[in-house]
Amino acid sequence: MKSSEANTASVDVPPDNRDELTSLPWLRTWRGVYLFVFSCFVLWVVLLLALTMSFS
Amino acid sequence: MNPLDFVVLIGSMVAIAAYGAWHTRRHRNLNHYLRGDETVGWLTIGISVAATQASAITFISTPGQGYESGLDFVQNYFGMPLALILIAAVFLPIYRRLNVYTAYEYLGHRFDAKTRLLGAALFLVSRGLAAGITIYAPAIILSTVLGWRLDLTIILSGLLVIIYTVAGGSQAVTLTQKWQMAVIFGGMVAAFVILLVKLPTSLGDAFTVAGGFKKLDAVSFSTDIHRRYTFWTGLLGGFFLSLSYFGTDQSQVQRYLSGSSLRESRLGLMFNAVLKIPMQFFILLLGVMVFVFYQFEQPPVFFNHAAWQQAVQHDPGAKLQALQQEFTTAYTQKEQWIHQWLDAKHAGNLEAGAAARAQALAALEHVNALRDEARNVMQKEDPGVTSNDADYVFVTFVLDHLPHGLIGLLIAAFFAAALQSKAAELSALGSTTTVDFYRHLVKREASDAHYVSASKWFTLFWGLVAIAFALFANLVENLIQAVNIVGSVFYPVVLALFLVAFFIKRVGGTAMFWSALAAQLLVLVVYSLHYRFPELDFSYLWYNFIGCAACVLLSLVIQAVLGSTNKLRTVTSDK
Repeated sequence: MKSSEANTASVDVPPDNRDELTSLPWLRTWRGVYLFVFSCFVLWVVLLLALTMSFS
Repeated sequence: MNPLDFVVLIGSMVAIAAYGAWHTRRHRNLNHYLRGDETVGWLTIGISVAATQASAITFISTPGQGYESGLDFVQNYFGMPLALILIAAVFLPIYRRLNVYTAYEYLGHRFDAKTRLLGAALFLVSRGLAAGITIYAPAIILSTVLGWRLDLTIILSGLLVIIYTVAGGSQAVTLTQKWQMAVIFGGMVAAFVILLVKLPTSLGDAFTVAGGFKKLDAVSFSTDIHRRYTFWTGLLGGFFLSLSYFGTDQSQVQRYLSGSSLRESRLGLMFNAVLKIPMQFFILLLGVMVFVFYQFEQPPVFFNHAAWQQAVQHDPGAKLQALQQEFTTAYTQKEQWIHQWLDAKHAGNLEAGAAARAQALAALEHVNALRDEARNVMQKEDPGVTSNDADYVFVTFVLDHLPHGLIGLLIAAFFAAALQSKAAELSALGSTTTVDFYRHLVKREASDAHYVSASKWFTLFWGLVAIAFALFANLVENLIQAVNIVGSVFYPVVLALFLVAFFIKRVGGTAMFWSALAAQLLVLVVYSLHYRFPELDFSYLWYNFIGCAACVLLSLVIQAVLGSTNKLRTVTSDK
């Protein structure tokens, strides 16, 4: 069995710091990325709602 | 289709498959075979995740859905961005930190071996049973419309996907999906542009007609429980559906675990979270515009032309021909009202416009009633004929109104969509069988080359199962429903396993295992009860809630009974 199957195998693996960075110019933290995605979702809903109301 | 269409169709399909098989023909080890070379960037992951979800049915049926019901189906995807955020923030870091090949390995880390095997088995049963549908459903539509032999269509498309998936593993799936998506979107955008060019009205008038016939009602905050698609059902139902599909289904987990880093995997998921709603909107809008087009160009009474021709030649032929005559008259009347409505709009005469619109709506209802009557006549004659011809709307439009060459591209797009989702499914079935069962239970110590070989054989096995299932299947409507029922029976317990694993630290492996078994049994009992007591028959979608809630609650109860003697494993829940 590979070591990855042992129950505690990867507990001590240090987090990869590179992964904590988004490396995006305007959205430096993951929290910022999630907020941006959520804002896009809200924007889509608002636009769809506007389309619904404009032509109903 | 003419020779040019066949050259485009066969050329693009074979070239993409050959590209995938050739580029990935050498695999150094199991990691490379199951996860690729881990240099995949976020855009490729994003496309791969989208491609796995988007089967041929997405591109064939969704425009039909737009044609029949308008844009309201887009609400079905409202919960997806939120679910993907949760997966990117919580699920993904744990999967990557534990360096797992399959999602079910995580259950082994968090709980124990038996719970891991249970999760993997539930995935194999539900996904294995569904294996044939992703080939069969588009094959029956395309073979019917194109006049090809169904069995040959299934076998050839099935073998093509097996060849490059077995040869190239996960990386071949990812590489080919990128090009297949390019073919799909190239075809869909070209179809949309030509459709707009062919519209006999301005774009503004097209939207007026679509809106007047209630095809642009995209969002509804209705709380009517009988209404299938609303903001609330999309947000809540879509959230849990997306969470289980993207978070626990190996065909998706395998896609985003192939990223070169957590960042790439996360951004790949966020790419989908941002673009899925507009993508579905675009495909539905395409269907709405096809609807508008057919307000000025008479459509067939029944879009499945082959079934219609067959019915006309038999007993109800005279009745159907009479309905056809009546349909033509009603259609012409409707078209006149639409012209009056638009003329009144252009003249600024709101009152006359509203009156003409009301008449057009009444005429549309009459036309639809005639279509329903024709369907009933056909079904009475042959109960095997599917009454839903929405799946044939877009294919009929493509074949009747697009130029040659583009027809080949669109048919290639439909096949590409069938292959890309099938490939991801086969790869996931093969890897789960190898990692969670073969390597875990049968042969624990073997070389990587041995496991790569085993994985190829298992992928081939599942591919042949899919072809066999598709070949012996008939009555596609019932089969799709059957597969959805199977999914709703097995998926909720798998989701509950992961939800408890991530969020309820105090529940251990033994409590989880027995609660999952009990919850699964409960769902099966509830499902079988409706055969004995028809009054208990309710939508199978409720199984998702019942199974998930029962499993979570039972795990808490059983853990309380077992007490703290059961050593808990919470190795993965801390960040």
